[in-house]
Amino acid sequence: MKSEALLRCHGVVAGYEHPVVGPVTFELFRGEVLGLLGSNGAGKSTLIKAITGHARIFRGRLETAPGIELAHHRQQPVRPAECPLSGHDLVTLTGASRQTPPPQIARLLDGRVDQLSGGQFQILQIWACLGSGAEVVLLDEPTNNLDPATVEALVNLIRKDQAGRTILVVSHEASFIDAICSRVVSVSA
Amino acid sequence: MLELLFDPLFRLPFITGLLLAPVAAIAGVYLRLREEWLAALAYAQVAAAGAVVAVVLHAPVMLGALAAAGLVATVKGLLANPGNHHFVIFILLGWGVALVAGSFSAHGEMVGQSLMDGQLYFTGQAHLLGALALLVIGTLCMSWLSQRLLMDRFFPDYFSANGIPAWRHRVAFDWLVVAIVAVATTAFGVMAAFALLFIPAWVAWGVAQGWRNVLIIAAGLAVVAYVIAFVVAVAVDQPFGPMLVLILCATALLRFARRGVRSASPSAAPARAPSVAPEAAHRK
Repeated sequence: MKSEALLRCHGVVAGYEHPVVGPVTFELFRGEVLGLLGSNGAGKSTLIKAITGHARIFRGRLETAPGIELAHHRQQPVRPAECPLSGHDLVTLTGASRQTPPPQIARLLDGRVDQLSGGQFQILQIWACLGSGAEVVLLDEPTNNLDPATVEALVNLIRKDQAGRTILVVSHEASFIDAICSRVVSVSA
Repeated sequence: MLELLFDPLFRLPFITGLLLAPVAAIAGVYLRLREEWLAALAYAQVAAAGAVVAVVLHAPVMLGALAAAGLVATVKGLLANPGNHHFVIFILLGWGVALVAGSFSAHGEMVGQSLMDGQLYFTGQAHLLGALALLVIGTLCMSWLSQRLLMDRFFPDYFSANGIPAWRHRVAFDWLVVAIVAVATTAFGVMAAFALLFIPAWVAWGVAQGWRNVLIIAAGLAVVAYVIAFVVAVAVDQPFGPMLVLILCATALLRFARRGVRSASPSAAPARAPSVAPEAAHRK
């Protein structure tokens, strides 16, 4: 028996003033990690923005299963230059503080987030989304700013610690997509 | 001179300010979170203009202040990307309207002048009730508002992605700030109200670690500065508003002192946490 589709994208053409991407068709089933792969400028992030309501859908249909919650990790997370929030404050916002974080993330929780490097803040934001109670997690270019060791830690986090989560990942890095995704959809403009 | 502090005449203004100071400081923290700290001065200046217009029209002063600041908050809410340049226009408009409206009546001019000078001692029972109401409403709304304002800042797609209307908490916050600024402006004057919203939040933002500490430090600093300003203003017979502004400016040194300690401390140099797990680093 096929598992339940939490997100359906039927021939979606999305963009802003003008169409940028599509038509794209895919279904995201509960418990799978689906990758959207494409070159820079292919419109992968625009597709994610269409799902979160920040881009316009020109044609096609986008449906989410009723009652589900989405968490979205932006390609460029919001990070004020000066910010007194601690890492713990940030993950508490999404409810991720209820889960035990992996050691790489646990050591980032006590200090101010403005004292973290770009990569550390990135992985903390990803944990805030993955550790939340959202049924679907959207990760937009999660490997940006991450060094190879942290990318490896992220792969382990998604494949082992968060196994069974429903995740839609956008990346231009084919090796990362290959490492974590059970299915891949190619996206082009 | 200090016996004046215990004079029943000063009790009401003192208690009013004591209630308002932490509320204004905490509102300032959330304005800073939203990068709208200059809105505090815009609302204060426009509230002063509204108060002067109300006097000229023989309407209640606080109602005029509330209506004018509320109008500006509504206009700000309708703008696609409200920012500091818009707030500057509101500040200039407020200043101009306050002076022009004041020229139409001697009473209006006097009220306009007192709002610029900042004389707490003219606060009345309406201010006390307003401050009390804001303290109660702010406390009751805090948990609901805080969570949403923080999510809106750090995970701004959460609301649209999940079909949750964000306008409710944004409008609720704007109107709470408008009410706080209107009461504070008519009680303390324009610059004192702005300083209470801006400086404690700015200092706390720079020195605190963790959100709860930001709120505690901002509110505590505002109360301490307020009490000192009140005592000093009474003791040396000076206007309260400028005294509060000067003392709050002095507290801003705490921000720089903390930075000095950070940069002087040897342990402050490697401020960043290790980026990778030790075993992964070895593999490299």
